[in-house]
Amino acid sequence: MQFGIFTVTDITQDPTTGRTPSEHERIKGTVAIAKHAEEVGLDIFALGEHHNPPFWSSSPTTTLAYIAGQTSKLQLSTATTLITTNDPVKIAEDYAMLQHVSDGRVDLMLGRGNTGPVYPWFGQDIRQGLPLAIENYELLHRLWREDVVDWSGKFRTPLQGFTATPRPLDDVPPFVWHGSIRTPEIADQAAFYGDGFFANHIFWPASHTQRMIALYRQRFEHHGHGTAAQAIVGLGGQVFMRKNSQDAVNEFRPYFDNAPVYGHGPSMEDFTQQTPLTVGSPQEVIDKTLGFRDYVGDYQRQLWLVDHAGLPLKTVLEQLDLLGEEVVPVLRKEFAKNRPADVPDAPNHASLVKAKYGDRAPRQATPNANRGDNLTVGSPYQDTSTVEAAQSSSNSSGSAFGAAATRKEFVR
Amino acid sequence: MTTKRIVIISAGLSTPSSTRQLADRLTADAVAILRERGVEVEAQVFELRDLAHDIINHMLMGFAPPKLEEALDAVSSADGLIAVTPIFSTSYAGLFKSFIDVIDPQALTDLPVLIGATGGTSRHSLAIDYAIRPLFTYLHAIPVTTGVFAATSDWGNGGDGVRSLPDRIFRGAKEFAELVERTDRSDLINDPFALDRPVGHLVGGFTGE
Repeated sequence: MQFGIFTVTDITQDPTTGRTPSEHERIKGTVAIAKHAEEVGLDIFALGEHHNPPFWSSSPTTTLAYIAGQTSKLQLSTATTLITTNDPVKIAEDYAMLQHVSDGRVDLMLGRGNTGPVYPWFGQDIRQGLPLAIENYELLHRLWREDVVDWSGKFRTPLQGFTATPRPLDDVPPFVWHGSIRTPEIADQAAFYGDGFFANHIFWPASHTQRMIALYRQRFEHHGHGTAAQAIVGLGGQVFMRKNSQDAVNEFRPYFDNAPVYGHGPSMEDFTQQTPLTVGSPQEVIDKTLGFRDYVGDYQRQLWLVDHAGLPLKTVLEQLDLLGEEVVPVLRKEFAKNRPADVPDAPNHASLVKAKYGDRAPRQATPNANRGDNLTVGSPYQDTSTVEAAQSSSNSSGSAFGAAATRKEFVR
Repeated sequence: MTTKRIVIISAGLSTPSSTRQLADRLTADAVAILRERGVEVEAQVFELRDLAHDIINHMLMGFAPPKLEEALDAVSSADGLIAVTPIFSTSYAGLFKSFIDVIDPQALTDLPVLIGATGGTSRHSLAIDYAIRPLFTYLHAIPVTTGVFAATSDWGNGGDGVRSLPDRIFRGAKEFAELVERTDRSDLINDPFALDRPVGHLVGGFTGE
């Protein structure tokens, strides 16, 4: 089981002081948060993507590459990468690149984005959000698995003989999670590819999350990637802790009352009752988090939102201390209890390499000299002919782990 | 004998309110007519005043707190809706419209609706037909021909000189009961999380399903 944090990268006024940090301050602060996440023993740091103020994270791979250079174990992820408005070609290139510089410490979570004005800035239309997510991901999936891609679709310029470079590290694409709050088609998409499904969870009642996860698990089994219990599930959460519960409540209330999204809406008491938000002692966070398993089953990844709504950097770092010292060690132990042996961990680079190659050495893509096109003379890489490349790609589509990885009859 | 489920929403703001009073009268007649025809009826009343904060929180957050969720589920799966609102500034009350706004746009399809409205004078009676009826038509509900407007004077002397309030209530209730008797809406399952169709149809050759 993996534990970590995710950030939406909002720059929000601290309601207790009236002070708003600058973009630079908040960017540097977020890097400090990510590094501290590793120091306290968390596994994951996931970064949001936005293209409008008051958010700063327009270029997640730049940020994550820098964090990768400052850390050694932390797994880097996104929350979310916009599969609708980004060019799938650029996603394929950027995240393969990030894999190389981070030595495989990267996965990503795809989402559609819910900010209407963003779509036209990138030449898209929010009403096409779902078809965009489906088509773009299909292309991204191929670009990471086939050296040479011919492709045409509805939303993007066609590709003839295109190679996304660099090839994924060890020729193993990053693991992908699909995030959605209440769109059943996205749960089906994640299940179809044998990818992970992440439920944002934090702004919504448990019943929504329960339904979406149940659907994803059922479709995961339907598409032949394993049993429903073996599907790869991630959940969001949101916490504010102090040793004494009442201190946490008093300190967090002004941040809650003025927060983006839910501020000036429901009371903190109602909201903590109706959603995963926990404001209280570390023990209360432990109890609430363990309760998630009751309605989604054994799952693989738990991320918390700890740094939004104008909370000062110092406070956020203290939250990480509490997570690392008091919460996560207990959760690791408790979640391991009664966990069936055939429920897998979330795939990471090492496990994906193992699943693909066993004990063999992974492929190291080495290009031939430039000849100007990929179409007429075999593969652009030294180790494979075009024919072999096509074969290996058709064999490796779908699940790269678990029982389905060896399945041969997978048809797309 | 089948049981039909009708839901009553009343957007009156005072307690007791003449809006609730009209809602109760419409309900009583509709239930009596249905029972006479051998149809068992369950009637559930929601005072929107009690849900006002939840309605606003739903607008801000995108999900319904439990009490509101119960009301929304009841309306979505009903065999008939009796909707009564005061007329404020020539139209339905803001609270009434806010409740309608948080209902799933598909949730009222084919739902028989009996519209009631209250106001100070009968000069507002057309608000039923220019404001409230189009709202339900837009949502593909089926508002019955007779909408019942009750002005202050209708409750005492000097009401409508052509047809008394009880006559109008009976007429609306009868039209409503006839539709409720025939519908099987409450037997249908309405699941917003259901996967209507696998994603394959969105991209050619995607799943072969």
